[in-house]
Amino acid sequence: MTILDASAASGLAGQPGSPGPTDHGPTDRGPVYHGPRRDPGPLLPGPEPVRVLGTPAARALDAELLRTLHRRLVLGRRYNQQATTLARQGRLAVYPASTGQEACQIAPAMVLRETDWLFPTYRDTLAVVSRGVRPADVLATMRGHTHGGYDPRAHRIAPLATPLATQACHAVGLAHAARLRAASGPAAPRDVVALALVGDGATSEGDFHEALTFAGVLSAPVVFLVQNNGYAISVPLARQSAAPTLAHKAVGYGVTGRLVDGNDAPAVHAVLGAAVEHARAGHGPVLVEAVTYRLDAHTSADDATRYRTAQEVAAWQARDPVTLIERHLRDAGLLDDAARATVAAAAEELAAEMRSELGAEPPAVDPASLFAHVYARPTSQLREQAAELAARIAAEADPAATGWAGTDPAGGEVR
Amino acid sequence: MVQALNAALRDSLRADPDVHVLGEDVGALGGVFRVTDGLAAEFGAQRCLDTPLAEAGILGTAVGMAMYGLRPVVEMQFDAFAYPAFEQLASHVAKMRNRTGGAVGLPLTIRVPYGGGIGGVEHHSDSSEAYYAHTPGLHVVTPATVTDSYGLLRAAIASDDPVVFLEPKRLYWSTEDGLSPAEVARAEVGPIGRAVVRRPGASATLLTYGPALPVCLRAAEAALAEGWDLAVVDLRSLVPFDDETVCAAVRATGRAVVVHEAAGFGGVGAEIAARVTERCFHHLAAPVLRVTGFDIPYPPPMLEHHYLPSVDRVLDAVARLQWEQ
Repeated sequence: MTILDASAASGLAGQPGSPGPTDHGPTDRGPVYHGPRRDPGPLLPGPEPVRVLGTPAARALDAELLRTLHRRLVLGRRYNQQATTLARQGRLAVYPASTGQEACQIAPAMVLRETDWLFPTYRDTLAVVSRGVRPADVLATMRGHTHGGYDPRAHRIAPLATPLATQACHAVGLAHAARLRAASGPAAPRDVVALALVGDGATSEGDFHEALTFAGVLSAPVVFLVQNNGYAISVPLARQSAAPTLAHKAVGYGVTGRLVDGNDAPAVHAVLGAAVEHARAGHGPVLVEAVTYRLDAHTSADDATRYRTAQEVAAWQARDPVTLIERHLRDAGLLDDAARATVAAAAEELAAEMRSELGAEPPAVDPASLFAHVYARPTSQLREQAAELAARIAAEADPAATGWAGTDPAGGEVR
Repeated sequence: MVQALNAALRDSLRADPDVHVLGEDVGALGGVFRVTDGLAAEFGAQRCLDTPLAEAGILGTAVGMAMYGLRPVVEMQFDAFAYPAFEQLASHVAKMRNRTGGAVGLPLTIRVPYGGGIGGVEHHSDSSEAYYAHTPGLHVVTPATVTDSYGLLRAAIASDDPVVFLEPKRLYWSTEDGLSPAEVARAEVGPIGRAVVRRPGASATLLTYGPALPVCLRAAEAALAEGWDLAVVDLRSLVPFDDETVCAAVRATGRAVVVHEAAGFGGVGAEIAARVTERCFHHLAAPVLRVTGFDIPYPPPMLEHHYLPSVDRVLDAVARLQWEQ
């Protein structure tokens, strides 16, 4: 019994032109498949995540690159710790840490050119800091006095995206637009690449699939980095996807999929760098899945002990990206105590700067700014509301002058 | 009207190399309503881009294009097909300027053919304007005449803010007597945000927009026989809302009926009635009434004539405006 047999009861079978039950492929009646049939081989990720540390390839790594990766990982770890502490102190409303994922966070800034664009999520503030934004500016959103503390155009970093995977579509559009501009205007920057950061949970969202569809069809110079940190808040990857790997998802869209150990900083650097250059060279989009782990909870407001075991966390702590690279550097004789102390001091300097800037009271924000950036020019409705708010604030500041007595303890207005 | 919209797109594409049209079927087919007819042939498949069938992807891609400085014009084939893109619209299109402290505006135009009256089967006749009008950061524009279609679409594409441009499907084939395409293109419609008095009157004011405008104009003609001289105001823009023109027209008559074909509950008409009441209460001789679609999903084609505001329903409402005996 086939589906078509079952539909005979509703009168579908036997109609002129309806396909018969054996109509499963090309026949002498002409082609029945319309699509481009690409060999999926080159698009497929390898069976295991790419690793460098602990393999013979690690011996060939450039010492300066290793030291840079180490320094950035250590500073990144300290940044995560300090931001988490600031959240616990109430200086930030919330903080979604990328602790354990630092290798994925520092790599984007190292492989992107100045003219490239980064599309981060709320968890990717370290990636934004790595690209040159001050911690106080990227954390301003979590501090609560503004929605965006940095200028996206100046840094070529889109605003932090909270609705999952939506920014992946933006990355495709920007990459497409950049290529159109480069083709039509000689003064436009050449070879611009857009890099979108997403988590494993985001790969279930419709926008993720639409972004990959568009990226494949437009052959846009865009790279998607999926940081598979094991959990979408509390839901483990096994309940999120039945795909062999998340990198396999790329192939169905005609997009190259690559799988990398997300805790192996040289591996992430190499695979993401190759993906970006692949896209830059016009060979099409790439989806990189980095297998990593969220050592902290989803955010500072979450309790991860409710959904995962201490044993699991301990096993991943043993594969901490900072630990992995320090072990390699020590074994290779590239990290002595003095060098380690220098990096540690730089990390403490970063933390002190964060405490000094974010520990103080947030800057005063003019309430009139509420109405300033809704439209290019405020509507008459917004101008009225702005005037109403300004009058209310003036009255609260000086009730005697206006004859307005303020509010009573119960919260009701007293006139 | 289709030709005027087509001319507006063509002239915008000619005037500004940053303007790009994208959507499902906008290329070789020229759109299911032919609004993009011939654009791919003149401007190429890149500037009039046939996209995959994925509305969130279409709008999300357009957001990225706009972030890079282009002026995308998106077609959402039918009103109800735009819903998958609503998250992009509400979370990003409407908020990008605000979220970036003014650093990144999105000069996007989203064309949505909307409304019923064409015998469309389900999902082809929704009036979705309240969803958009309720979302701060969007302009919501809906022309009802051929000249407005041209002028307002040019203005929408030139706007530095995102504009949801609602095209009344059942007026697509309407014409304007005696006007050549060149005259349509030259007609002065003013900036987005201005309502226009289509017909002066002294007895009561009909406030309407888009597909209900011709209904209201016919009702005003018919009302003369009953002794009522009705003014008709075409809002043209729901956001920004032209309080000034609307309130002046209502104060002049002391009575008002809001007419639209979307469901009434929580609809744009409720907002208009509230605004008019707040601003004109002491000029009003009667409550502001509404003539709208029923609070039901849009009906099947054979029943839609019961649902759509008709001349009779408009006149019945006018009759209920507490006239002195």
